[in-house]
Amino acid sequence: MRAVKTLLASAALATGLSGAAMAQDKTKVGFIYVGPIGDGGYTYEHNQARLAVEEHFGDKVETVYQESVPEGADAERAITQMALSGADLIFTTSFGFMDPTVAVAEKFPDVKFEHATGYKRAENLSTYSARFYEGRVVMGHIAGKMTKTNKIGYIAAFPIPEVIRGINATYLAAQKVNPDVEFSIIWAYTWFDPSKEADAAQALLEQGADVILQHTDSTAPQAAAEKAGNVITFGQASDMAEYKPRPRVTSIIDNWGPYYIDRVQAVMDGTWESHDVWQGIGDGMVEIGEITGLPEDLTKEAEDLRDRVGSGELHAFTGPINKQDGTPWLAEGETASDEDLLTMEFFVEGLTGEIPSN
Amino acid sequence: MIHLEKRPQPSKFWAGVTPILAVIATMVAGGIMFWMLGKDPIEAIRTIFWDPLFHETFGPYSRPQLLVKAAPLILIAIGLSLGFRAGIWNIGAEGQYIMGAICGAGVGLAFYPSESLLIFPAMVLAGAIGGWAWAMIPGLLKVKFGTNEILVSLMLVYVAENLLASVSQGLLKNPEGMGFPGSRNFRDFPAAYNAEIIGGTGMHWGVAAAFVAVIFTYILLTRHILGFQVRLTGQAPRAARFAGVKPSVVILFCLGTSGALAGLAGLFEVSGPAGQISIDFNSGYGFTAIIVAFLGRLHPIGILLAGLLMALTYIGGELAQLMLTLPAAAIQMFQGMLLFFLLAMDVLSHYRIRFNKTAATVEG
Repeated sequence: MRAVKTLLASAALATGLSGAAMAQDKTKVGFIYVGPIGDGGYTYEHNQARLAVEEHFGDKVETVYQESVPEGADAERAITQMALSGADLIFTTSFGFMDPTVAVAEKFPDVKFEHATGYKRAENLSTYSARFYEGRVVMGHIAGKMTKTNKIGYIAAFPIPEVIRGINATYLAAQKVNPDVEFSIIWAYTWFDPSKEADAAQALLEQGADVILQHTDSTAPQAAAEKAGNVITFGQASDMAEYKPRPRVTSIIDNWGPYYIDRVQAVMDGTWESHDVWQGIGDGMVEIGEITGLPEDLTKEAEDLRDRVGSGELHAFTGPINKQDGTPWLAEGETASDEDLLTMEFFVEGLTGEIPSN
Repeated sequence: MIHLEKRPQPSKFWAGVTPILAVIATMVAGGIMFWMLGKDPIEAIRTIFWDPLFHETFGPYSRPQLLVKAAPLILIAIGLSLGFRAGIWNIGAEGQYIMGAICGAGVGLAFYPSESLLIFPAMVLAGAIGGWAWAMIPGLLKVKFGTNEILVSLMLVYVAENLLASVSQGLLKNPEGMGFPGSRNFRDFPAAYNAEIIGGTGMHWGVAAAFVAVIFTYILLTRHILGFQVRLTGQAPRAARFAGVKPSVVILFCLGTSGALAGLAGLFEVSGPAGQISIDFNSGYGFTAIIVAFLGRLHPIGILLAGLLMALTYIGGELAQLMLTLPAAAIQMFQGMLLFFLLAMDVLSHYRIRFNKTAATVEG
């Protein structure tokens, strides 16, 4: 009897020990989110990617996250606490976390950091972003073909290069197939605020827009469009599939999973190095959601366009393109450089309205 | 039969005890909520209240952070408490906080990259003036036209937020920021940076200012005629008028002081912990400070303690999110419970609870 007990005890001890050893081997990966994981958009997709990392590596990783982290003084504390808790790799997933991430990365040279959409790098701090504007080409094409009022509404978050780039890419694609389109742009000054986004959508609908694009993360504009009827919208950051087949006709999906898995693997292998990547449809970081509720020929055109942009055959910004004030930007056949795209602070010719405070 | 009987005077004893009762009630109700979310309630409460102070890994980092987080809350709440005592409701401290930050940072950035020792003091002055001027708008409108300061000061928060968005993308935008919004970072501008006075303690100039404000306000309220007038105006406005207190002076003094202190808090935050003017710079300190002022019973020492407690729930809340994966919304609910219980417990200081049967007949 005693022997059995001892045996059981030592077995339990052994399992316990091996459990502890396993825990030591685990790579701990942290995520700092700007919104709640249930936003159904931007943060939701980052969290899906976190779950993809967990699924891919199973017991070999442990992930932690903190949601709704304000982009001010609080971000630095949140990131520091995550580093203190033993994280090996930390993804800070919003532009506003840039300076805090730089500051924490300096203090924790052994921890690897990955900052989304920023431009400051260090030995242990990479940046990564997606070429969302590639998806805008497809949306602009559909918008230009589908609008009957020739009025297209656009809910923009902040007047920063990324958002301006999206507006320009959409407009160029729309105007190519429908020279009469007019864009109305509302600056929401938020990435996620369902009530503000709903107000903006309502205002655009009242101005006669029958296509609404959004560069904000909630599904509120989709709901407003559904209520109005006969309006089409596009999912942003996430598929927003619950609004299929209409008003949502397709979407730009941020697919961070493969990149995150790749980087976690690099940390495990000890091959992680600081870099800067900017991937688009071709690399799979930007996906075009299923196209629904559109005429068959237009669906084909849109899919074809997606594949041509993905293969690199077609660039979203191919000249001739003039700036809004009429000065030439790109000559016939010339394509925009990444440098120009990253610092874009102007509208292209044909867009009305001004970019605020510029 | 339980019966509430109004006390002739609010009980001093209960006024002191109710905040503690409210904290205990919050722990119990919060614990139940955490339990319903499938977390160990004891562990959650311990993570929020104990770990930031005494955890061996997090403690050394979080203890100084308590001061960093509490300082703006205390500074703003101290100013607000003066007005609240006199029945002047400045709800727009958030706006004054933003304006202080914009004015102070603007002055600093205008002199970039100077190394003059005068820059930081000039920024502090500009921050105080910015907040003061923003608070003078509801102040003067109230004195001249009898407008409601609650509405005017609150609405001015939204004006200030839009100004903040505008300057982060225009006037104060970092010329080397590749077109992204946000000013230069004060970390890279040593003459204007609100660094820690003693390294590693979290003690930056804003923390020092908060302590000074607590002491001055305590003296003002207990030893100075102006403090007496403020208290009198709140407790007995008619008596105050007979005693020769000019209401407009009290209004302008209270709004001006709270505005200036909120402006200072904004300046110390932008030039230190936040580091830069950005669109999302303000994170609700101006509103949370209202809770802190009441949690501290509008008393300077009470506010000091309440500010530290509030900071503890923030930092502990963040830790609980990180370590126990509690949702952010649960932490906000937990903080909301604290205010709710505090207000509910006020019943005890204003009323006496009677358990006798005759109560009903007394009423009838």
